[in-house]
Amino acid sequence: MSANTASTTPSSTKATTKKRLPPEVSILLVLAGIALVYEALGWMFIGQSFLMNSQRLTIMILQVSVIGIISVGVTQVIITGGIDLSSGSVVGMTAMICASFAQSSTWARALYPSLTDLPAIVPILVGLLIGLLVGMVNGWLISFTKIPPFIATLGMMVSARGVSKWYTKGQPVSGLTDSFNFIGTHAWPVVVFLIVAAIFHVALRYTRYGKFTYAIGANVQAARVSGIDVDRHLIKVYAIAGLLSGLAGVVTTARAQTAQAGMGMSYELDAIAAAVIGGTSLNGGVGRITGTVIGTVILGVMMSGFTFLRVDAYYQEIVKGVIIVAAVVTDVYRQKKRTKV
Amino acid sequence: MTISPSTMAAVRASGAIPNAEFLLTVEGVRKEFPGVVALDDVQFRLKRGTVHALMGENGAGKSTLMKILAGIYHPDKGEVRLKGQVIRLQSPLDALENGIAMIHQELNLMPFMTVAENIWIRREPLNKWGFVDHREMYRRTAALFERLHISIDPGIEVRQLSVANRQMVEIAKAVSYDSDVLIMDEPTSALTEREVEHLFRIIRDLRAQGIGIVYITHKMNELFEIADEFSVFRDGRYIGTHASKDVTRDDIIRMMVGREITQMFPKEIVPIGDVVLSVKDLCLDGVFRDVSFEVRAGEILGVAGLVGSGRSNVAEALFGVTPASSGTITLNGQQLSINKPSDAIRNHMAFLTEDRKDTGCLLLLSVLDNMQVSILHDNSYVKNGFVEERRVATACTEMAQKLRVKTPNLAEPVQNLSGGNQQKVLIGRWLLINPKVLILDEPTRGIDVGAKAEIHRLVTELARQGVAIIMISSEMPEVLGMSDRIMVMHEGRVTGFVDRADATQVKIMDLAAR
Repeated sequence: MSANTASTTPSSTKATTKKRLPPEVSILLVLAGIALVYEALGWMFIGQSFLMNSQRLTIMILQVSVIGIISVGVTQVIITGGIDLSSGSVVGMTAMICASFAQSSTWARALYPSLTDLPAIVPILVGLLIGLLVGMVNGWLISFTKIPPFIATLGMMVSARGVSKWYTKGQPVSGLTDSFNFIGTHAWPVVVFLIVAAIFHVALRYTRYGKFTYAIGANVQAARVSGIDVDRHLIKVYAIAGLLSGLAGVVTTARAQTAQAGMGMSYELDAIAAAVIGGTSLNGGVGRITGTVIGTVILGVMMSGFTFLRVDAYYQEIVKGVIIVAAVVTDVYRQKKRTKV
Repeated sequence: MTISPSTMAAVRASGAIPNAEFLLTVEGVRKEFPGVVALDDVQFRLKRGTVHALMGENGAGKSTLMKILAGIYHPDKGEVRLKGQVIRLQSPLDALENGIAMIHQELNLMPFMTVAENIWIRREPLNKWGFVDHREMYRRTAALFERLHISIDPGIEVRQLSVANRQMVEIAKAVSYDSDVLIMDEPTSALTEREVEHLFRIIRDLRAQGIGIVYITHKMNELFEIADEFSVFRDGRYIGTHASKDVTRDDIIRMMVGREITQMFPKEIVPIGDVVLSVKDLCLDGVFRDVSFEVRAGEILGVAGLVGSGRSNVAEALFGVTPASSGTITLNGQQLSINKPSDAIRNHMAFLTEDRKDTGCLLLLSVLDNMQVSILHDNSYVKNGFVEERRVATACTEMAQKLRVKTPNLAEPVQNLSGGNQQKVLIGRWLLINPKVLILDEPTRGIDVGAKAEIHRLVTELARQGVAIIMISSEMPEVLGMSDRIMVMHEGRVTGFVDRADATQVKIMDLAAR
């Protein structure tokens, strides 16, 4: 039985990492390639460096960290074989509601005049709670009514956007306290993103929660027979995705220092794109947070590069669509290669 | 009852001359799938205006032959002749255009379209504007139904029809192609007695019109009622053809099972202990009923029965995959309520499912991930939600070595392993929970001989350690070779128990095919 010699030591589980390159390497190469192309084009057409501009890179990272926070949750949903289309609307909804609890007494048109100057923790918790509740409703719908996640979260996407418009009849919520706005300043959004990514990277790799998430995505029937309570687990996964969308809503509001009903529009698609570009398979069972983080940065570099090259915003959107489709095509191709083995 | 080689040769010689008497002849057909020979040198002849039944155990090759006739599979060797002409069917459509229509066991109608639309799909009558002429379509349907004595409204949506009526629509559709040959795969499996009568009346009508009907069934009494002739297959080989009026039920059973048991099984007789699992009056509405049995420590209870007899459903009910609607399950004297698999696992029950790919393996994930998934419910392997990777890896490594799983390491995706090794990984998953009751559903299906023997040795070893084992198997030699006692099921009911000492293939087949 020479074939199983490698499985004699407990540490052998890490044996393959020596042999095969981790999937992140190829995504990092893509990122480096894109950055270098911009660098070259920059020197050719604009006469300046793309990478040697820390201000540009900072803005880029700040812009995508909100997408990144959402994408960490969406990655987990996609690993279970599901999808969450409601995240962008949840950002809008939490933005409006949490901002209404973050208004300063110096602002004349506060929504709740008696509830001004609250400590920053109150609007933050309100935002997180709203996200969590929305996520639980998504999970509950999917587990108990057995409707496809696409439909459940599509409905939530429309309704949550409706709530954010209804909340102030379309008026923005402004005049937020400095203590609340603080979390949107400096590099805080990036720090929040990286902390969230680190937490769920560990959760997916080292906890029972993570192992079950992958098992459900790989084969939901087998997972059920193995004793996993699939319904309960899915509610957890969607609740976490909702919680992180709520967090993204809080951060966006603090960064903008105001809330508008249209905030977070189509963020769900960017978040899904980041996850897929980062190697998460829409068929479930495959995906890592590290990949998602790199995918998020790729998305940011792409967009920042277009602005840098002064490409028209219309073209940016067209190309973004192409990139998302290309990422899914790559995924399908990878799946095929895998099943051929 | 087997045919001597000389008669076989004579029969074959006569087949060389195209005979108008035969609608369809099959000669020397062979079909291989990766790892198995499904059909080997098979022959079959269908006479005009007869009903010809195909008989055989699970895996005898009936379905493969039927699918070759219907253009779904292509034979590797041999020839199929239709009215004397050699034909090579490329697709089911090709078969239809040649006048061979098949009615599948699982019906293929579109539920949200009308009966008429379903029948004439792809052949809709058009008016001069190129639109579908519904009136003409309904007229043709009505005419067709009249010919077949079917009374169904052609304008009704198929989803509103009973299973029996859908079956009638399928038959009418097949007939509408002016087929000479109709293939029916267990057409009565979902019908009541009265509906069966109606179906038989239609079949007799069709027969009188000169159509040849290939009829696949597991039901012996139907054979005598409707079939003129029958052919028996066993292990992918042709055994013989006879007129049904010339034989008795026992003759047919003997033809179906008449194999020599040459395989040796590592079965050991071990002391059998107390009752571990006791099942009483277990029912699942419409699937099985009044299932009662006991399994003792160290005992291997074999479960035999044809496909569709409810064997796997009972296992799924015991394990909470599809909970039973009534009945009691008692483990070591304690009555359990099992509503989901985790309830069963908590009570140290384990269930190796029939379909390794669909309900067993997490194919994309590693061997380790596959093995550990069921022990992660156990808090001795998980602290504060964090998996104790070292302990889990040690336990899984030891198990993999004990079961001699052939894999480069535990991080290998399980889909890269052979079927036998995948099966060992799944067995390992269940042994890690220290089962008291182990349910094995087709434990050696689709795996090579070597791995099969290893699994049989392992099952024997587990019985010696006092595990109560329930083993469902379609392989008669395996059931006979491994079991201490055999429970036989037929159409959702237990038809009998046979002790190891008295167990013969004939006895079991007699109970399994009522």
